[in-house]
Order: sequence, then C-alpha cells, then structure tokens
Amino acid sequence: MSQINLGTYSQNTWCPGCGNFAILSAVKAVLGELNAEGLPLENIVLVSGIGCHAKIVDYVNVNSFYSIHGRATPAAEGIKLADPKVKVIVFAGDGDAYGEGIEHLIFAAKRNIDITLIIHNNRVYGLTTGQYTPTSPLGFKGRSTPAGTLEPPLNPLEVMLASGATFLGRGTSHGIELLKRLFKEAIMHKGFSLVDVLQVCVTYYNMYEYYDKRVYELKEHNPLDYNQALNKIREWDYNNSSPIALGAFYKKEIPAFEQKFPEPGAAAADRDQKIKDLLKASV
Amino acid sequence: MNDYSILIGGKAGFGIDKSGIVLGRFLNRLGLRVYIYRDYPSIIRGGHTFSIIRVSKERIATHKNKVDFILALNQDTFNFHKDRLKDDPVIIYDSDSVKLEGLSDKVRPVAIPIAKIVKEEGASEIMRNTCMIGAFAKTAGIKWELLESVFRKEFARETELNLKVARRGYDEAKELLKMEPISQGILPLLSGNQAVGLGLVKAGLNTYISYPMTPTSPILHYLAEVADDFGLKVIHPESEIGVILMSLGFSYMGKKVAMGTSGGGFCLMTEGLSFAGMSELPIVIVIGQRPGPSTGLPTYSAQTELHFVLNAGQGEFTRFIVAPGDTEEAYFWSAQALNLSWKYQIPSIILTDKNLGEGVFNFDINSIPDVKEELPLLWDRKSPYKRYLNTESGVSPLAFVPEKETVIKVNSYEHDESGITTEEAALSALMSEKRLRKEKYLQEELGKFNTVKTYGNKGSQSALLCWGSNKGVCVEAAASLGLKVIQLLALWPFPVKQFQEAIKGVKKLVCVESNATGQLSRLLKISGFNVNEQVLKYDGRPFSLDELEERIRGMVK
Repeated sequence: MSQINLGTYSQNTWCPGCGNFAILSAVKAVLGELNAEGLPLENIVLVSGIGCHAKIVDYVNVNSFYSIHGRATPAAEGIKLADPKVKVIVFAGDGDAYGEGIEHLIFAAKRNIDITLIIHNNRVYGLTTGQYTPTSPLGFKGRSTPAGTLEPPLNPLEVMLASGATFLGRGTSHGIELLKRLFKEAIMHKGFSLVDVLQVCVTYYNMYEYYDKRVYELKEHNPLDYNQALNKIREWDYNNSSPIALGAFYKKEIPAFEQKFPEPGAAAADRDQKIKDLLKASV
Repeated sequence: MNDYSILIGGKAGFGIDKSGIVLGRFLNRLGLRVYIYRDYPSIIRGGHTFSIIRVSKERIATHKNKVDFILALNQDTFNFHKDRLKDDPVIIYDSDSVKLEGLSDKVRPVAIPIAKIVKEEGASEIMRNTCMIGAFAKTAGIKWELLESVFRKEFARETELNLKVARRGYDEAKELLKMEPISQGILPLLSGNQAVGLGLVKAGLNTYISYPMTPTSPILHYLAEVADDFGLKVIHPESEIGVILMSLGFSYMGKKVAMGTSGGGFCLMTEGLSFAGMSELPIVIVIGQRPGPSTGLPTYSAQTELHFVLNAGQGEFTRFIVAPGDTEEAYFWSAQALNLSWKYQIPSIILTDKNLGEGVFNFDINSIPDVKEELPLLWDRKSPYKRYLNTESGVSPLAFVPEKETVIKVNSYEHDESGITTEEAALSALMSEKRLRKEKYLQEELGKFNTVKTYGNKGSQSALLCWGSNKGVCVEAAASLGLKVIQLLALWPFPVKQFQEAIKGVKKLVCVESNATGQLSRLLKISGFNVNEQVLKYDGRPFSLDELEERIRGMVK
C-alpha cells in the first residue's frame, strides 16, 4: 500500500493501550490509500477539538487545524465552504462534539455539509482526569459525580439521524479493519458523515471486555432504509446491555450544502465600478 | 436659513423608518446636506417610532432636539414631541386621528384628513406616510416634480397609487415657506453600516459571516443583497460561536472574512478571538455598541465596549481597534482594518455604535484617501514551509491549502514554528514574544495614518475629546463655541505620539462619551494622559447639538 510517511516528529503521549492508536493507524492507512488512488494529500485538512483525541493532528503530517474545545465542527465548515474541493476530516471527543459542541454538530448535520466526523467516544473525560460525558451510562461514578450520574446518556447516532446526517456508522478501537472501511466510506460520502468510534480509555474507563462481549457487525442491513437504520441505532442506547451493532447504519445521497453555494464570480477589477454604481443609486 | 429639522413619528410597523429615509433622499436632492437620526423600540408592532431628518447647507452629523416640523401620523407623536417645537414651527397632522391641544399661537398647524384620503383611494394604511410626505412637500414649497421623481425611484411597487395618494396630500396642504434648492453637488446618503460593508468589500472581502443582532444586522442584510455583485459569500450560522469559528476556517484557507455583532454576541466570540490571537489567523469583527449590561436597550446606542474589546479573550496577543466617527471614516477604516489584520495576522475590531451604524449621513467618496486591497506577506517557496516562522517583525509568511507537498498547521495550543504543540519553556516564551512583537510594528505603521484628528479652533486652549459617533456633535458644538476638537480613531495600539501632538497647547481637555464611567478617560490614564472634565451620557440616546452645547458651555468659559 502507501509508501509515504505520514508521521511527524511530535512525541506520542497517549497512554499505552489507548484506543486512539487504532484510530490513528486506521486514518493513516486510509489517507495512504486515498493518496494512492489519486487524492493529493495537500487537498486534505484534519481538524480537531481539544482533548486526548485532538493530539492526533500533531501526529499526522497533513494540513491541520487544531481548534478549541467543542469548536472543531464550525471551523471545519468554514474550511469546506472556503474551498469545496478540500476533504475535511474532523476528530472530536464525546465531551467535545456531543457536549460543548453539540449545537454545531446538529447544524452541520442539518446543512448536510460534506465533512466527516470521527468521534473518539470513550465516554469519559480523559484529559481532565475522569468525569462523566454525554454518553456515560446512568450512574457513572466519575470525579464530578462520585455517587453516580443522575442523567441517562444521549444516543448520539439517534440525535444525528434526527438532525439530518446522511452517513452514520459505528466501530470500536478493537476492530481496525472495520474502522478503515468505515472511515473511507465516510470520507468518500458526499455529505455530512459521522463515525462514532467506541474508543476505550484504558486509564479512566476500560470497556474493552464489555464491548468485546456485545459487539456484532451489521449484516443484511439496508442503510438506505431510514426505519431500519433507526431501529438498529435504537437497539443499544449507550445505557442498556443490549448487543451493540457496528458498521454503516445509514446512508442517503442528497446535494451537499457547499454545492448549493454560488461560487464567487466578480473580479476585483469590477469591484470599484460596482461600488460607484451602488453609490450612484444611493443619491 | 437653511438649517431645518423635521420629525416624523408613528407606530412601529407603520413604515416610519422608510418614510424618514424617503424624506431624507427627497431633501438631499435639493442639494441640502442630510443627517437622519432613527429612534425605534425593540418591537415589531406598536410602540413609538420616530426619525429626525436634519438638513443644512453644510455637512452635518448630528441632530437637534428642537425641530421646525412635526409630521404627526398619530396622537403619540404630537404628545411626545410637542415640546420640541421651536419658534414659528409647523405641525402637519392627520386630522382624522390627531387632536392638537395646548399649542401656542405661534405654531402653524396643517390639518390633512389622511385617513380619509387613504380610504378614498383604496390605499393600504402604510400609504398614510406617502400622503404625509406629499403634504410636507407642499408646505415646504418644494416642486411636485421633484417629489414625483424621488417616489418613482423609492417605490417600485404600487408606484402610481403612491403618487396619487401623495398628490392628494400635496394638494390639500398650503405653502408656508420655501425650501430652496442649493446648487452644490448631490452626495449619496448611506448608513454607517452600509459604509462599513462597502469599505470591507473595497479591501477585498471574500466572505461575511454574522448572526443577526442589532445594530449590525443591517450589514448582514446589505451584504447579502449585494453578494452577487461582489462575488461574496454571506453566511448566517447557528450562533456567534459558530460565526467566529467558521470565520477562522475561512481565514486559514486564505479567504478574507469579516463578522458583525454587538456586545452580547461578542461575549460568545471571545474564545474564538483568543484562538485567533494564538493561531495568528486574521479576522475582522464589527461591533456595534448598544447599552448593556445584558440585553439592555437593544435598539439604542452606547460607547460601553471599549475596555471589553481591549481586554476580551484569555491570554496576551496583538489586536487592532479602531472607532470610525462617520460614513467616510467607516468606509476607509473598515478597508484598512481588513488590510491590517492580514498584514499582521491579527484580529481587527471596528467599534461602531447604533448611532453611526443606523444613522444616515451623506457620503463623499472623493474626500477619502485611496484605499486598496493589499496582499499579505506570502511564502516565497524557497525554504521548507513553517507556518509560524519566527521573523524579526513577528509576522510569518503565509501559505494556503492546497499547496503541493506543503503541510500547513495552525494550533490553539502553544506551538513551535511548524505549528506542532509544545510545552517547552524557552520555546513558549519565544513564541509569545513573536506574537506580541507585531504590536510595535503595527503601531509604527499606524503613524502613517491620521489616527488622531483635530477640528475647530486649533488655537483654543480648551478642547473636546471624542471617539466614534460623537464626532459629528462635538465638531459642530465646538464650532459654535470656538473650541478645538480632538478625535481618536485608532484606540489600540494607542497612538501616543499623535495624541501628544494633538494636545499641544490644550489646557482644558473635556472628554465627551456615551457611557457612565468614562471609558476613554480610563484608557488615556493607562497611556499616561489625563482629562480635566467629563461629559457623559448613558441613556441610550445620542447627544443632540443643543444638549451638548448647553452641557459644555459652563465648563469651557
């Protein structure tokens, strides 16, 4: 496969066994593949929020925009609208995208803007050392909720489906081959795509065993069927102990937001004349 | 006499604002200079809305409390404003709905059965305005032909019916005076918001992003309307946080971008502002000030965000803050703010207020120094690209995605020259110095511009000091009282040298501001200067000329 070196000199500071390594490997492999298939690497921009996940942009030698907490999505939208031929891949954590930044996420899905979100959903705040997140199960004992949370989790895929996302998938950090397939499909999808990765934080919330026992890959599932997608998304609500489906839940082909935007036409040379015309009309 | 003030009032939703502008355009066509003050409540229907249209032979940028004409479309207009009438005034009123009571003999009433006329012509209620303007034209001795040509331009829909209703008003009134045309070139009329928008476009604006908020929403509306003419992208996202982060995305891609908001929206933008400082992404934010705290008086005016914008955002970084005082300055400095933000890769803040943004002024493009789109410092492709190359000026050459075999990394964390996160002590100090060093060069560059202007009697030992939209009222008050005026345009970096030059020979400095705590005085103190007196106003309303004259007269004798 790819011969190019996508690494940087930045020292990796994730904990040994961190689920982020699987995401990093899968992303590098997919970028290499896409490059080999003709996508110039300079046409890719990686965007991240803040959290352990976000360090990924320091580790990949590709254009990047290291944003602030909760605000990876709107920055990615600006980048995409500025030049629709650029592929924009956003990395965000569950606290980042589903908590502080959920407003932006909902609107990006509603617009169906062609960006891809890869959510490092470890269901705990790692970098701030172990508090509950929007997807932690009811009763989660974190450092801000020592007696257990009093609120059930969000089902982020259900929120995204309702918001208008046109590609939704889920993988885990114990399934790198599936991650590669999902990432590639999401990146190539023309519209808003999101892959929720059940990525495990070995330090604060080690769920490897829990997930390994429950996950299965979707088979005989028609992702073009909204109702099937909704049923499969609702099967596990991030709280109960149902089987956890992995794969592409939903896919819909409709025009993306940036395609509907008129491309700037007027040259700078016209500008002065147009200003004069407007002033003349204001007499 | 060529100085007249006309007040037109009625309920919100009755087209008063539009009527004020039509009246202004109409009088502008006589060769008179025009200023329109617009006063409206934060509601869509009901309440009381009025505009004061002031005309003069000379350029003006302020209104007077006392008016020569009241055009009363409802009882409130008469009741609320009858005390504003000067000697020998005229009141034109809808005799079907307004009763004049307790007026002095000097007032000349002109009764027009407006409701009846509108009904007879089968016109909509909003055309009561049209009828009123017709009556005004006749009363002021202005030819019908001029009114007709303005109406044909202003009313694209139902033109004939509008003209018919106006003509009925015209015929019903009697001529009481003669406003003569003046032979001088006619100048366009613009709001401050429009001038800001055109200035940004002039310097190569690519994208305008904004969440609606009074008093800068009209920039959003105006640029959306002319977007096709200029190949602009105009975007209204989910919130001000979305606005600034989206803008930073555009900026990263090399697209010149600006935003508009007010204090409340800017509160949400501050994390993005700080990010712009750290990542050295150029952005321009127009902040139209209005009275706070919090929701405050949404449709009124203030100068209360000076220290907010000076200090907004965590951490220390270079920023440029400018406060234009009229339409020409709004145009020129909006263009320069965009140029300077790209030249130094910093946030530029254009501080306006409701009075400047929504006030309507003449605009003389020929009086403005030429301003062009400037190219930022670009990478020469000779050495491997580093987004944050540490240079003498602190400004690193720019490259934009997609650039072959080049990686462009921006970062909100402290970072090395390549944009990779660092926590190393010496490097952190170095990068902080790099970002702050830009301020010195920016300040030097600002020395080329007229960032502190003086007006009036330059030999006077007493001077009024002002910033922003108080320029107009200060210049006119000073002219009548024989004073000097000093206007600060660049507020940060503080133009120390220019200010020292401006206060030479001044013994008494009177600072005029639209806030309760004297924010400019406080900034002067930080910069090593003191004012002697403060004239503050914080009720949301602008100083009128008569009011300011009265407040400063005793101070400067």
